[in-house]
Amino acid sequence: MRYLPLTDSDRQAMLERIGVDQINDLFADIPKDKLLADLVDLPLAVGELQVERQLAALAAKNVAAGSVPFFVGGGAYRHHVPATVDHLIQRSEFLTAYTPYQPEISQGTLQTLYEFQTQVALLTGMEVANASMYDGSTGCAEAVLMAQRITKRPKAILSGTLHPHYRAVVENMSEFSGHDLVSLEGAPGAVEDIISLIDDQTACIVVQSPGFYGDLVNLAPLAEAAHAAGALLIAVVTETISFGAIKSPGEMGADIVVAEGQSIGNGLSFGGPYVGLFATRQKYLRQMPGRICGETVDADGQRCFALTLSTREQHIRREKATSNICTNSGLCCLAFSIHMSLLGEVGLRKLAQLNHRNAILLADQLEKISGVELMTGAFFNEFTIKVPGNAATIIEALAAKNVLGGIPVSRLEPGRDDLADLIVVAATEINTNEDRAAFVVALNEVLS
Amino acid sequence: MTMNSEGRPTAPSAPSQGVGRKTFTGNRGLQIEEALLFEVGRVDNCGVDLEDIGDFDSRLGGLEREREIGLPGLSEPEAMRHYVRLSQKNYAIDMGVYPLGSCTMKHNPRLNEKTVRFAGLADIHPLQPQSTVPGAIEVIGQLAHWLKVLTGMPAVAMSPKAGAHGELCGMMAITAALKARGERRQFVLVPESAHGTNPATAALLGYKIRAIPAREDGTVDLEVVKENLSDDVAAIMLTNPNTCGLFEKDIVEIADAVHAAGAYFYCDGANLNAIMGKARPGDLGVDCMHINLHKTFSTPHGGGGPGAGPVVFSERLAPFVPLPFILDGKLVEDVTEAAKGTGEGSQTFGRMTAFHGQMGMFVRALTYMISHGADGLLQISEDAVLNANYVRVCLQDIMSLPFGERPCMHEALFDDSFLEGSGVTTLDFAKAMIDEGYHPMTMYFPLVVHGAMLIEPTESESKAGLDLFVAALRDLVFAAKAGDLERFTGAPHLAPLRRVDETRAARQPILRWTPPVAAEAAE
Ligand SMILES: Cc1ncc(COP(=O)(O)O)c(C=O)c1O
Repeated sequence: MRYLPLTDSDRQAMLERIGVDQINDLFADIPKDKLLADLVDLPLAVGELQVERQLAALAAKNVAAGSVPFFVGGGAYRHHVPATVDHLIQRSEFLTAYTPYQPEISQGTLQTLYEFQTQVALLTGMEVANASMYDGSTGCAEAVLMAQRITKRPKAILSGTLHPHYRAVVENMSEFSGHDLVSLEGAPGAVEDIISLIDDQTACIVVQSPGFYGDLVNLAPLAEAAHAAGALLIAVVTETISFGAIKSPGEMGADIVVAEGQSIGNGLSFGGPYVGLFATRQKYLRQMPGRICGETVDADGQRCFALTLSTREQHIRREKATSNICTNSGLCCLAFSIHMSLLGEVGLRKLAQLNHRNAILLADQLEKISGVELMTGAFFNEFTIKVPGNAATIIEALAAKNVLGGIPVSRLEPGRDDLADLIVVAATEINTNEDRAAFVVALNEVLS
Repeated sequence: MTMNSEGRPTAPSAPSQGVGRKTFTGNRGLQIEEALLFEVGRVDNCGVDLEDIGDFDSRLGGLEREREIGLPGLSEPEAMRHYVRLSQKNYAIDMGVYPLGSCTMKHNPRLNEKTVRFAGLADIHPLQPQSTVPGAIEVIGQLAHWLKVLTGMPAVAMSPKAGAHGELCGMMAITAALKARGERRQFVLVPESAHGTNPATAALLGYKIRAIPAREDGTVDLEVVKENLSDDVAAIMLTNPNTCGLFEKDIVEIADAVHAAGAYFYCDGANLNAIMGKARPGDLGVDCMHINLHKTFSTPHGGGGPGAGPVVFSERLAPFVPLPFILDGKLVEDVTEAAKGTGEGSQTFGRMTAFHGQMGMFVRALTYMISHGADGLLQISEDAVLNANYVRVCLQDIMSLPFGERPCMHEALFDDSFLEGSGVTTLDFAKAMIDEGYHPMTMYFPLVVHGAMLIEPTESESKAGLDLFVAALRDLVFAAKAGDLERFTGAPHLAPLRRVDETRAARQPILRWTPPVAAEAAE
């Protein structure tokens, strides 16, 4: 087996050195009747070429996003990632290192985490950020728990702008941790009255902007209302590129910002691994979940970095920890940070403009199709359209014409008949004029 | 000496004179200093070329960003240097032995990195129509099958994002199963040797922890478990092989006792690497177990993640898996759809995460499993256990085994009694290993032995590599016993940094870069 360095003669010599006759003597603690006599019922080892063929065959059954006009978003976005990013994250020293528990030989990882935390703090307009969560949705659930710890209040109110999967994750966590939850029903362009629901039991309101349906929300009045009632505002962002065009949540008064960082540096990868961004105010630092990297010095006084404030974490505090998270999204943070440093201020802003412009062009073209209605007023790179007919059927029909034209809302809100004719459509810098034209032609055909 | 809350000394020793001469740049040959991104980058610099689109009417509803973000940019060559130089300050499994017990730092095959980048697997969206991704669903289904067969468990939840998330998933399933019986129980039994994520997970769900002490021999005492069981105990969270590197030999009796009390057996499967193809958790009475694909199945740790933590379930818990799950080659994503079935997922408790889990890790792990096959996976476990025992036997005469000279599984646990009176701590010993070119073993974990040193060589080490590793450790032990303190208390001497002041990092947290205060402003 190509991955195993021991030869049979090595094995024999080692058994002798250990002083046992056979390998099974080392497994003597396993109850005899539970030891497997035969190999498990799975195929035998194969060479690299054969494995590659099997995986290639599986890959060939899928329609790759890059091979068709592609307009699917809903919390995961297809952007161009510079070649440098994938090259750098595959360097052995980054790829095959563990969590940087030994700072003297982990400064590469640690410094990039410190840079990542700074980038996240700047983008979100917050004071501190952690070294990542698994993704946006799990980060969102953690943010709600954090708000409940800070305010010592039980209730969270979820806006209808929140991605339905995020809502489901928070609902699930709340149910099991015994917290109260009010979830507002989502709809495009919805003006919801979240403020009147805030009471003295409310720990936080959770609002996503750009929302799941694409709508932009001014967070400032929501922050004000929440703060007046002693509650926190958790802002959720699923499209990180939007930070380049829109006022930061911090600027609008958010207390905790949770974002899905996939758009920067990380591919679609069928939903994971992604990278959860998590930022907050300095005063809430001790309640923040996850790893944090901080600056310090070595014995010679040289500036360096180390994981810190671990008295919040499970390996020190066990059942009193702020979270159970251990492994996070290390390498995805690195990809994010490299891409972000290539973009810089100038690149991010330009990229955001390009996304926004492409979305406007697409929205204008789709709206002209008879029977199609644009449901979103202010948006960034994603919006909702209403179609004459069942959205899921239409999306399948488009796929049959090799256009991946967005997400039928019914896939995420199967119980809501009132949303069955809605499609959430995303546009990014990858879309060309030809892509948009193909979408319009295909949709026209499908609808006629 | 300053200690942190683990009782672990953290204050640096006296500054050294430095090794060798000072240089003008601070660089040392191939070791090149690299400033922070914020010090080398400029806000007006950019490493990507994007189309100029000119002005257009925005539709941002008056929410346009006005303030500068303050993000520095780098051109491509600057970015390459920045990150390559930084990478060179990291130790990695590709460089040498990385014997972190409990972490399973094994070789990460590059074939996995190739297959995961196939466009048909990498460049697909979680919400594009299922009809356009049958191959992706098949990847998840195949991996699920391998995991189920290997563990002898009938159901699996694929979506958890890492081990701890898998624990959360398993404990939710247990809670849901109890609820379906009309019960809410208060306690979870957790051995003191357990990983911190176990008690943290149980606490997140509102459980109270009953700590189970380790027996003299490092395993859990069946009688003590029985004494602590009652109709108010929801589950036991037991790691097997445990964190002392030992197989819990009473596991079947423990499982029986747990079940007799109406509770469930959560097994922490972080150490599956020792028993693949040897024994199946499903035959041992386990009800659910997370599997760290980033340990046992070689997906790279990437400096702290990402991972993946699928959870296998017994018949008893199979109806309670989270959404989504695969049934008849389809991803079931919603509750109503799930409730139409029977068995797996029919009483699903909801969602652990957006989308379907860590596909990038699934492709790597499946590639790895297909490569090894049933025979190779068994060989992995045998070699991992053989390597650990070889290290144990080669060191047991001069280091101290807390539980006597008996075979271990895939990792060998030592305590610090061999250092008694030497003035050298476990931490010092670990830092001295760095000078010898090794990543230290896991230190001060598990908590049940004093000054723990947990060595997990994995199956990826050659005999020759282990011989040198063992010789280096022996040399260090002799030096400690001979009173060569400077080699330890000042260590590391030869790493890119000398000992890092972790106490200061925590006392005066500086968690992000901020611009230096301008000279005039400071006056
Ligand atoms: C025994 C044990 N249990 C649980 C975990 C948690 O797994 P993860 O880091 O993937 O969340 C780990 C690893 O860190 C472990 O070693």
